[in-house]
Amino acid sequence: MQPSEVLRIAWEAIGKNKVRSLLTMLGIIIGVAAVIIMIAISAGTEATISDQITSLGSNLIYVSSSFSRMGPGVAGSSGGLIYDDATAIEENISGVKGVVVEQDASETVKAGSVSLDSISITGTSPDFLSVRNLTLAEGRFYTADDITNKKKVVVLGFDLAQELFGNTDAIGQTILVSTTRLTVVGVLAEKGTVGDVDYDARLYAPISVVLQKFAQTPFSRIMGDQIRMIFVQVDDTADMDNVILQTQILLAKRHNVSLDSLDFTVTTQEDIIATQESTTSAFRSLLAWVAGVSLIVGGIGIMNIMLVSVTERTREIGLRQSIGATPTDIRWQFLTEALLMSLVGGMIGTAVGVGGSWLFGTVSSMRTVIVPSSILLAFGSAAVVGAFFGFYPANRAAQLDPIDALRHE
Amino acid sequence: MKAVHMIIETNDLTKVYGMDGVSVTALENVNIQIEAGDFVAIMGPSGSGKSTLLNILGCLARPTSGKYILDGEDVSNLDKVQLAAIRNLKLGYVFQSYNLLSHTTALRNVILPLLYDRTRRVPQQEWQGIGEKMLEAVGLGDRMHHQPQELSGGQQQRVAIARALINDPVVIIADEPTGNLDSRSGEEIMGLLDTFHKQGVTIVIVTHDPIVAAHTQRTIHLKDGHIDTIVHNGSSSHPIAKKEADYAAI
Ligand SMILES: Nc1ncnc2c1ncn2[C@@H]1O[C@H](COP(=O)(O)OP(=O)(O)O)[C@@H](O)[C@H]1O
Ligand SMILES: [Mg+2]
Repeated sequence: MQPSEVLRIAWEAIGKNKVRSLLTMLGIIIGVAAVIIMIAISAGTEATISDQITSLGSNLIYVSSSFSRMGPGVAGSSGGLIYDDATAIEENISGVKGVVVEQDASETVKAGSVSLDSISITGTSPDFLSVRNLTLAEGRFYTADDITNKKKVVVLGFDLAQELFGNTDAIGQTILVSTTRLTVVGVLAEKGTVGDVDYDARLYAPISVVLQKFAQTPFSRIMGDQIRMIFVQVDDTADMDNVILQTQILLAKRHNVSLDSLDFTVTTQEDIIATQESTTSAFRSLLAWVAGVSLIVGGIGIMNIMLVSVTERTREIGLRQSIGATPTDIRWQFLTEALLMSLVGGMIGTAVGVGGSWLFGTVSSMRTVIVPSSILLAFGSAAVVGAFFGFYPANRAAQLDPIDALRHE
Repeated sequence: MKAVHMIIETNDLTKVYGMDGVSVTALENVNIQIEAGDFVAIMGPSGSGKSTLLNILGCLARPTSGKYILDGEDVSNLDKVQLAAIRNLKLGYVFQSYNLLSHTTALRNVILPLLYDRTRRVPQQEWQGIGEKMLEAVGLGDRMHHQPQELSGGQQQRVAIARALINDPVVIIADEPTGNLDSRSGEEIMGLLDTFHKQGVTIVIVTHDPIVAAHTQRTIHLKDGHIDTIVHNGSSSHPIAKKEADYAAI
């Protein structure tokens, strides 16, 4: 019998029991969808990480306040990081290429008639541009001099400049941030979102201005200006571990704490990547289990329904045998039916998987990238499951005795 | 005179069921000859071995011992695949319960045997045409695209006869073909078989019904796995009278 005819018979058999066939395919559908989503999440994570490495460089050290002894702002706190710590690191530790401090705030921003709420402000220093691999679209970035003199200047992210000024030139205009008037001196080139920071939607002001105007706490006067984070860019030739150790020793001394009870944490780009990977890997391994179990359950479902189908169609098998079907013909017919069922399930599963991946990427913070080869893999597993679990029922049909089959009620 | 062409020839055909423990000898040393163009009925009480004989003649089962020569070829010891090919190329079956594929048109039911023909005697583009011709020959030219559930029992059996004939078999094997039909439909089916017989088709039929048997030329009566008698029916114009005459003659 020709393959096209075998396929047609199988297709008709599946179509005769649409609901039953669909229910049988459910396991395969879930399994295939899970495979595709799982791989989409993996690929998304990898893409995020590689974006970060290319845009931030891999030789970054992050020093951040951990407020190990007391909560922030509580009297008697060691205060975590302060602005002067950054200067100390730059001056005292060898192998440091640049140091950037960062303190974020969030304020209402007005320009002319446009008013935007909760705009992120990054207070930072001039090295920020090179440490973060950012470039200017126009104008200039603020200088060390601007910081020292607490100049009221600001650099806008690309999208923010568009929102505030549209197509008119932003340079030289003033904006009102909370109650402080700042002059725009530059606009950054488009960067997009890296990690969960949208570089285009925020504004950048000298750290000194941010500390004074937007991140003021009652204690900053006494303790020195608190900062959230210090970025240390290490020379390519320097030993990363050595710089980390030196930083820890220096800051411990400055904060008057011992090395095993630091009030700050030092992490590297690699640590951050590892964290990101571990959060998605838990999810991925869950999906891998779902995929595996669903495919096996789906396969058993197919085997079960194929055995039912063989029993229901025993007389048909007998008839086909009586007009010349060989055991091989019969075996192929039922194997094709099982395979077709799992492939149709695979097709539906692919649609669900692609849609699900897209939905995941849209509604959750996880990024998903649909990998074409994952569809192939999913289809392959569906086919293997169909062939494996279809073989036993098909073989049983093939071995039926024609007389018994014809006599079957 | 034309040389006699033997279609079916058995030599001490024996079938024993249940080789271990209790064994039943369903057929014992059965010798029959059926020539090309013969129309033969097999009758006998229940359990006499009619079905067993028909299954062996139809190459659905193999004899325990003895020889079965079909169309000049010894088929007693062929394997499953070889038997399947013989069934496809040389035999046509008509069953009591029609055995048509449901949800499948009459035309597709009829051409089904062509699909399993490995030798490809008939090219695929001719299947449809031949199928239509066969359906016309059984008087169903206007029912080709009907499905079995839309046809009466008699019409379904006609489809089955068309299917049995499509591969141009050397013999038609019919097991109680009128068993599920009312007497009128049964007569129509027998009339159809008569027509094909007159065109030269060889037919072997198992029946309980003397009226059906009367359509044939010979009736082989089985009893306890043996041939009891063979009755020549002669002309079938007055079936019952003829048959009684035959019995009287024995
Ligand atoms: N598959 C089988 N297994 C065992 N015994 C069988 C089988 N088929 C038939 N027989 C026995 O063989 C004998 C002949 O049966 P069968 O050929 O069906 O007779 P008929 O068709 O004339 O009623 C009976 O005694 C029956 O019980
Ligand atoms: Mg019987």
